[in-house]
Amino acid sequence: MSGEDTALHEWSADQVAAAVRARTVSAEEVTRAHFDRIRRLDGALGAFLTVDEEGALAAARQLDAAGKNAGATADSERPLLGVPVALKDLFCTRGLTTTAGSRILADYRPPYDATVVERLRRAGAVVLGKTNLDEFAMGSSTENSAYQVTKNPWDLSRAPGGSSGGSAVAVASRLSTLSLGTDTGGSIRQPAALCGVTGLRPTYGRISRYGVIAFASSLDQPGPFGRSVADVARALQAVAGHDPADATSLPEPAPDVLSGLEQGVRGLRIGVPREFFPAGLDARVEAAVRAGLSLLAREGAELVEVSLPHSAHAVACYYLVATAEASSNLARYDGVRYGLRAADAPSLSAMYEQTRRQGFGAEVKRRILLGTYALSAGYYDAFYLRAQKVRALIRDDFRAAFQRCDVLCTPTSPFPAFRLGEKVDDPLQMYLADIFTLGVNLAGVCGVSVPCGLTAPDPAAGVPALPLGLQLIGRPFDEATLLRVARAHERATDWHLRRPPEPAARVGGPA
Amino acid sequence: VSKASPSTIDIAHVARLARLSLTPDEAARLGPQLQAIVGYMAQLAEVDVEGVEPMTHAAELSLGRHPDNLRPDQAHVPLGADQGLAGAPERQGPLVVVPRIIGEP
Repeated sequence: MSGEDTALHEWSADQVAAAVRARTVSAEEVTRAHFDRIRRLDGALGAFLTVDEEGALAAARQLDAAGKNAGATADSERPLLGVPVALKDLFCTRGLTTTAGSRILADYRPPYDATVVERLRRAGAVVLGKTNLDEFAMGSSTENSAYQVTKNPWDLSRAPGGSSGGSAVAVASRLSTLSLGTDTGGSIRQPAALCGVTGLRPTYGRISRYGVIAFASSLDQPGPFGRSVADVARALQAVAGHDPADATSLPEPAPDVLSGLEQGVRGLRIGVPREFFPAGLDARVEAAVRAGLSLLAREGAELVEVSLPHSAHAVACYYLVATAEASSNLARYDGVRYGLRAADAPSLSAMYEQTRRQGFGAEVKRRILLGTYALSAGYYDAFYLRAQKVRALIRDDFRAAFQRCDVLCTPTSPFPAFRLGEKVDDPLQMYLADIFTLGVNLAGVCGVSVPCGLTAPDPAAGVPALPLGLQLIGRPFDEATLLRVARAHERATDWHLRRPPEPAARVGGPA
Repeated sequence: VSKASPSTIDIAHVARLARLSLTPDEAARLGPQLQAIVGYMAQLAEVDVEGVEPMTHAAELSLGRHPDNLRPDQAHVPLGADQGLAGAPERQGPLVVVPRIIGEP
């Protein structure tokens, strides 16, 4: 059995599922091994908001018992048998606190599971707990959480990226084999890049959004983090496919993204959009991505230069569309049906206003105000409507580029992990962190970030090596080709095998 | 009249529309930040959007592939009132209690 010589927390999803199926290890042992690490290390990292050890162990024992009774047939229907999964705290989990990183949902226990959570459980995955995020997924550093700061495991003084920072850290630091995040403007790909793991943002409509707390409904899409392309592909396959409860989910079954994974890139055309390599781009980022491109060329891909001419306007367009939708989606938090209610308000309207003042953090308020402004009388045409037209032009840019190539390749983030606190008081600078990722969301296509290098450490300045990410962008609903290219890059490098240093274990913590 | 280059954002007015009451401190901090962000957004005025149909949703991609996407007309059991209202801050049986709205003080 491969993997038996390494610790359980290093195993891939496939190794875990195969070993549990073969009964060389039990789902319970795998689960316990991960909780041991969470207990020891998460004090320093802050990836989890809620751990559900009791629920996870019960689920694992049930899987072990079901396997003994029903044997191989039941197991074969469980491609993630015994695989630990961490969920961004934006996915509704029945009976398990779901906060969206917000004070306004501090004690919220959903009465149902999100469709993806249900599908993960059905596939045999074991949910370990809920991970930290920027409040309502609004942010690029996870610093906007109302609850805690999550540290980048490569350098604890730096941010993990965001908004799905906790999910990225959980996988990078081997606290979980897989995790799920959501990506509205880069919230899976950017933290994946900054933490040195693989993160997939599928095509809009590929994965059900039912039970995923809404931020911007025309842009939100869940997706997996893993330590290899194959793990991410396996997770996608388990949760994708039509869901009658989400009218925007593509009415087609989950795609087969596994069987073609090893086919390589010979004969594929990879587009290099010149706007994504601007003058002044961080030299470390540019060198690592260009090295990745050379590898893909050596593997047989043809590189073609393409242009996405409206890219310069993507940030402005995105932050109008996303905030307009957010201002509308977040109107539901009014202290009536769930969540926080301000005490002793003298009237209904005062109750609304005080509840929202107490419950929302600064960035959420900023975005609600911006979105409300963009939708308000007198400004709608100049801002929201115009942004929707620019969005159409950005989509058309991608369409035209995909006439000339099969996949696009760009940097994921314009810089490696930045220091905690560095950008949090300058919202516009924070928004620019998403400059290379949010076109994917506007256009509705798919993208993945894979590790493509490490910066040179600078011991004199106390700066360790930091991971860099390469983004691949695929045609709508062509995750198979996207992941095939990602796998070809992975096969030619060992960046995905580099791991962050172990943080200091909590001293005197529970055994 | 194009208002793409707004003069000064009336933060109190926008906050009222959004049902957010801001403390004076918040208003003093958020106002200039919002002004700077909106100033950046004003670059969209440079883009030629003549004759461009607005893109309202990314679902057009999947709906384009399946224009007749309707769910089967099947009955199912929804969450009951008890479960559905389990998170309500204040309840009376199957009802949610809110502060007085008619003749609101």
